[in-house]
Amino acid sequence: MEIPYTVSPRPDTGLFNAKVGIWLFLASEVMLFGALFSSYILLRVGATAWPHGLLNVPIGTFNTAVLITSSITMVLAWANMKMGNPGRSRLYLGITVLCGFAFLGVKSKEYYDKFVHYEVRLVDGTVMDGHIKPSPDFKINKFKAESGTIVVEAENVLKANPGESMADAKDRLPAKERYHHGHEEREVKASDIRWISNYTPKHSPYFAIYFTLTGLHALHVFGGMIVLGYFWFQNRTMGRTQTERYTNRLEVGGLFWHFVDLVWIFLFPVLYLL
Amino acid sequence: MSAHSHDDVRKHLKLYIGVFLALLVGTAITVYAWTWHFESVAVTVTVALFIACIKAFLVAGYFMHLMSERKTIYAILLTTVFFFAGLMYLTVWSRDEMPRGTYWHDHGPHSAKQRIGH
Amino acid sequence: MEASSHAAHLHDVHEAHHEHEMSFWQKYIFSTDHKVIGVQYGVTALLFLLFGFSLMMMMRWQLAYPQQPIPVVGGLLQKMLGAEMVADKILENGAKIPGVMSADLYNAFGAMHGTIMVFLAIVPLAFAAFGNLIVPLQIGAVDMAFPRVNMVSYQSYFIGGAIMLASFFVPGGAARSGWTSYSPLATLADRSHLFNGQTFWIIGMVFLITSSLLGAVNFIATIIQLRAPGMTWMRLPFFVWAQFVTAFLLLLAFPPLEAAAVMQLADNLVGTSFFLPSGLVVSGTPVPVSGGGSPLLWQHLFWFLGHPEVYVLILPGMGMVAEIIANNTRKPIWGYKSLVYSVLAIGFLSFIVWAHHMYLTGMGTKISTFFQTTTMIISIPSVIILTCLFISLWGGSIRFNTPMLFSLAFLPMFGIGGLTGLPLGFNFSDLHLHDTYYVIAHFHYVVAPGTIFALFAGIYYWYPKVTGRFMSEFWGKVHFWLSLIFMNLIFQPMFAQGMAGLNRRMADGGATYAESDSVIGFAPAILKANVGISHAAWLLGVAQLPFIINFFVSIAKGRRVESDNPWGATTLEWQTPTPPPHGNFTKPIEVHRGPYEYSVPGHAADFTPQNAPESLHKA
Repeated sequence: MEIPYTVSPRPDTGLFNAKVGIWLFLASEVMLFGALFSSYILLRVGATAWPHGLLNVPIGTFNTAVLITSSITMVLAWANMKMGNPGRSRLYLGITVLCGFAFLGVKSKEYYDKFVHYEVRLVDGTVMDGHIKPSPDFKINKFKAESGTIVVEAENVLKANPGESMADAKDRLPAKERYHHGHEEREVKASDIRWISNYTPKHSPYFAIYFTLTGLHALHVFGGMIVLGYFWFQNRTMGRTQTERYTNRLEVGGLFWHFVDLVWIFLFPVLYLL
Repeated sequence: MSAHSHDDVRKHLKLYIGVFLALLVGTAITVYAWTWHFESVAVTVTVALFIACIKAFLVAGYFMHLMSERKTIYAILLTTVFFFAGLMYLTVWSRDEMPRGTYWHDHGPHSAKQRIGH
Repeated sequence: MEASSHAAHLHDVHEAHHEHEMSFWQKYIFSTDHKVIGVQYGVTALLFLLFGFSLMMMMRWQLAYPQQPIPVVGGLLQKMLGAEMVADKILENGAKIPGVMSADLYNAFGAMHGTIMVFLAIVPLAFAAFGNLIVPLQIGAVDMAFPRVNMVSYQSYFIGGAIMLASFFVPGGAARSGWTSYSPLATLADRSHLFNGQTFWIIGMVFLITSSLLGAVNFIATIIQLRAPGMTWMRLPFFVWAQFVTAFLLLLAFPPLEAAAVMQLADNLVGTSFFLPSGLVVSGTPVPVSGGGSPLLWQHLFWFLGHPEVYVLILPGMGMVAEIIANNTRKPIWGYKSLVYSVLAIGFLSFIVWAHHMYLTGMGTKISTFFQTTTMIISIPSVIILTCLFISLWGGSIRFNTPMLFSLAFLPMFGIGGLTGLPLGFNFSDLHLHDTYYVIAHFHYVVAPGTIFALFAGIYYWYPKVTGRFMSEFWGKVHFWLSLIFMNLIFQPMFAQGMAGLNRRMADGGATYAESDSVIGFAPAILKANVGISHAAWLLGVAQLPFIINFFVSIAKGRRVESDNPWGATTLEWQTPTPPPHGNFTKPIEVHRGPYEYSVPGHAADFTPQNAPESLHKA
C-alpha cells in the first residue's frame, strides 16, 4: 500500500506531501516565535527602563554572517543534487552543518559570558556592572548578598536613585553613551550591596526574554543540525538509489533551515541593536 | 518533479549567490546604522526592522522558493501572517488602552505610546 | 500487460503476507494505520472522559454536602493523596471518618477536571479519534499523508496524559490554579515544591500541544493532497470540512500557548518574571523576583488559544451531526454551500475574539468594543450552521435511531448554549455574569449536551463500520433519554445561580460567600439548588453505565450487520469492507457526485454512493 504523492507532485496542487507538511509546520512556528516577539513588545512597552549595551554586537554580527552562509550552502546542497552532483551536494551540506556547530559554539560562549557578568546596586544608589572577584565567604541568596566582600571589575559605574537599576540610570544618558565600557575596580562589602545578580533569566524581563528567544532558536538550530546531519549520511545511500526522494528531503530540510535563519534575521536586530 | 527542473536550477545559481551577498551587505548596513545611536527609539526600530524585512523577503522569496511557489502555500502563509499580525497588534493595543495606575510604574496621564519617545 | 498485472498481484500477495507477519506490537501498539490509531485515541479519550467525570462527581459532593466525608472512596482517597489533601471528619465520640475534601483538593480537582475534559478527552475524541478513523476513508485515501507522524502524535498524547495523571501524586498535589492557569497564582500557589503539580501540568501541556500540532499538520496535508480522483473540494462531506477548519485552528492557535507555557515554566522553575508584576507581596513578604512582568500577557496568550479551542471542541461535533442527519432524513443537507462558508468564517473569526474572556481586566473601551463586535459577528455563521441543520429536517423521512436521537437533541441543546453566550459576549452584561455559575452553565450546555451528544451519536453511528455489529438500540435509547434529562437538570439551575451572583471555583460552593455582609439578596434556594444538581450529576453517571456496558458487550454479542453499508449511506467510508482492510479500499476510488445524494428523483434506491458509476447519476 503506497501513499501517493510522497515523491512526485499532485497535479492540481503541484506539491508533494512533505512540502505541504513542512510549510504547515513552519506556519505554526511563525505563530510560536510570533507569540514570543509579541511578549517582547509587551514587556518592553510596559517597562520603566530597558537595558542597552549588554550584548556583544560584533559577536552577534559574526553569528548572523555564519547563519546566512549556512543558508546559501544549504541552497547549493539542494541545487547540486538537482544538477546531478551528489558529491558537491554532500560537501555543501557538510559545511551547512558545520556552520550550525559554529553558531551554537559562539552562542554558548555568549551565554557563559552572561553568567559571569554581574549587576551590583549599592545601598547608596550607585549601580555597577562587570565581572566580580568574590571572597571565599561571599554568598548570594536570591538577590541579596549575605556575607563576604567582592571586587567589582566595573565596566560601568553610574549614580542612580534608590530602588533603580542600571537600565534606569543608563536611560538618562544620551543614546551614544549607553554603550561605553570603562574599567574601574571597586571593593564592596556585602552590607553595601542592596541588590546583586548575574545576567541570568531571573535578572530582569530583558534577560528572561533574551534567553527564552535565543534558547528556543538555538534548540531549533540544534534540531535542524540533527536532521541535516542524518541527511548527510543518507547522501551515499538514498542519494544514490532514490535520488528524487532524497532531493525532496533536502528541499524540505532546507526550508526548515532557512526558517531558522529567518528568525535570527529578526532576533539579531531586536535583541542586540534596539 | 517540483517546479524546478535541472536547467532552471543552473540558471538560478547566480541569483542565489546574489541573494547571499545582498544578505551580507544588509547585515553590514544594519550594524553600521546602529553605530549612529539615534536618540529616538522609533527611528531605531524603523530602520532596523525595515532592513530586517528586506532580508527576510530575500530568504523567503528566493532561498525558500516562495517567488515561484504555488497558491496553496501562499494561502497558508497569508492566513498565518494575518493572525500573527492580529496577535501582535491587538495585545499591544489593549495594553496601551489601560486606565491610569494599572501598572506599578505608571507615570501618570501619559500612555505607554508617549513614554517610548523619551 | 500480463507481466505487470502479475507483478502487481505478487506485490499484493506479498503485502498481505507481510501484514500477517506483523507482531502484536506492530499491529496494535506501534501501528501506523490511521484506523488503529483512531481506535487508540478513542479508547484512551473515553477513559479520560470517565476519569474527568469522576473528578466532577467528587467535587459535586463537596458542593452539596460541604465538609462531609465522601462516601465509599473517602478512605481510599486519603490513602492515595495524603491527609493534607483529604482530612478526617471527627465525630462526637472521637471517631474519625476520612474523606473530607480540603479546599486545595477541590481546587486541584476543578483545575484538572477542566484540563482533562478539554485536552485529554473531548479534543482527542472529536478531532483525533473520529478524524483518524473517518477522514481518510471519507476522502478516498489509503491512509493519512504521514503515518509515522500520526503514530508519534498518539504517543505524545499518551505521554502527556500520563504526566497529567502523575501530577496528582507529586508532593503538593495536582495543579490547582484553574485549567486557565493564570499567573501569578499559578506560580505562587505552591512555592514549597519545585517540581510540583503545576510544573507537571505545564510539561504535560507541552506534550499535548505537540501531539495536536503534529495531528493538525497531518490532517491538513492529507485533505489537500490525498483526495481521491473526482473528490473536489465542494464534494467533500461536511464532516471533512469541519475537521479541516479544526486542524487549522489547532495549527495556528496552539503555538502561542506553547510559548506562554515555556515562559510560565521559566517563572516557576528559573525565577523569571514574565508574568509576575513588580511589587508582589505574599503573606506580608515581598516575592524575591525581578518583577516587571505582566499577568495580562499570560491571559492574552492563553485565550489566543483558548477561544479557537472552544471551536475545536464544537466543529467536529457539528460535522458528525450533519452526516447523521442527512443519512437519517434520507435527503441532502440543506445549504451545503452556506455550511462550508460558515465554517470557514467561524475558523477565521475565532482568532480575533479572544479578549471577550478578559472584559474584566480593565481594558479600555475601544478595544473592548472591538472584541465585542467580532464576538457578535461570529455568532452569525454559528446560527447559519444550526439553521441549515434544522431546515434539513423539513420534509425528511426521519429514522429515529439512537444516533439520530442524539443528533436531534444536539440542535436545541447547542442552541441554548449558544444563546446563553450572548449576554457573556456583551461586555456590559458580562460585568455581572463573569466568573459566575452562568458561565459554567453556558459552556457546559455547549460541550456536554452539545458536543458530547454529537460524539455519542458518532459512536453509535460508526460502531458498525469498525466492529461489524450494531450497539443495542434499546439500551442506546435508555442512555439517550436519561442523559438528556439529567444533563438539563444539572445545568439549567446553574443559570439562575449565576445570575444571582454565585461565583465559580469556590470550594465550599458559596456557603460562606452567601453569609458575608456585603452580599445581598442571595436567596437560600440558590445554594440549596446545589443539592439537586449534585444528585442529578450522580444519576447522570449511573446513566452512562448502560452505554459503557453496551459498548463492550456489543463487540461480541451485538446484532451483526448484513451489509457493508447498514445505514444506507452515501459517503465513502461505507463503500468499503467491514472493517476496512489495510489500504482501505479494495478497488480504485473515483468520485462522481456530491456527498448527500439521497432520494434522488427518478431513482430506484433512496441513496447513491459518491463513487457509484457515473452512468448511474451525476451531480
